[in-house]
Amino acid sequence: MRLPCPLCGARDIREFSHMGAALARPDGGDWGPDWNDYLHNRDNPAGQTEELWYHGQGCGGWLVVTRDTVRHEVRGARLAGEGAGA
Amino acid sequence: MADLVEKSPCAGLVPVAAGALRLSEIALGPITSVAPYKGQAAAVAAMLGAQGLGWPAPGQVIAQGAARVQWFGLDLALLIGVAPGAGLADHAALADQSDGWAVLRLEGAGAGDVLARLTPLDLRESIFGVGQTARSDLGHMAAAITRVEAEAYEIMGFRSMAGTLVHEMAAAMTRVAARRTSPAKGR
Repeated sequence: MRLPCPLCGARDIREFSHMGAALARPDGGDWGPDWNDYLHNRDNPAGQTEELWYHGQGCGGWLVVTRDTVRHEVRGARLAGEGAGA
Repeated sequence: MADLVEKSPCAGLVPVAAGALRLSEIALGPITSVAPYKGQAAAVAAMLGAQGLGWPAPGQVIAQGAARVQWFGLDLALLIGVAPGAGLADHAALADQSDGWAVLRLEGAGAGDVLARLTPLDLRESIFGVGQTARSDLGHMAAAITRVEAEAYEIMGFRSMAGTLVHEMAAAMTRVAARRTSPAKGR
């Protein structure tokens, strides 16, 4: 499996660490159902997902990788700094 | 007063030779990491440009005589061979890393085959041509690999891992050389 780092190009999976689902951070600091979902609840979708991957053995960037869990197809990646979450 | 003797990171470990392959150490001189502060990228690029250098695109090395700027990661570059110009510290976080890196040169026919045993990088010339640099994994160690000639590479590894780095490189060199001189066909 290779991931298309926007800076480095296609790189081997061993250069990356999986950092979980890429979720939009809830607005505001008060506890509520939004924060509960953000911290604890994860979907297990069959199909397109957005995940965070850290390119620690490469450029050091955090990427949002769009991946299909059914077809095992990696559709693309962008820097998380350019906007995480869907 | 103790009389201190400067010792290079790979002293006593190199040179290594195997068949046509050679591994030697390079002294790059001063190495400074440059990480522009938020919003200061253009100012840093202009200041480096005034030295005949510039800010490197991903994978790029900008050389000017003995000085060069080497891409080193997201919003990070190494200034090599010269001290940072006055005022650069106002726009970027600078760190002297001169003594932190072991720098090796691997050359000879089959140098790419040696690296292919150690790193997942795509080393084909159409992808990783002469003058390009990359951060990657080399024998499970973080490394920076730069292609300086068609069959010559410059490899930077942590000084603390210099012994392991040379060991891994030497083992791969020996095996590539053995396959190339073996009477049995194959690479």
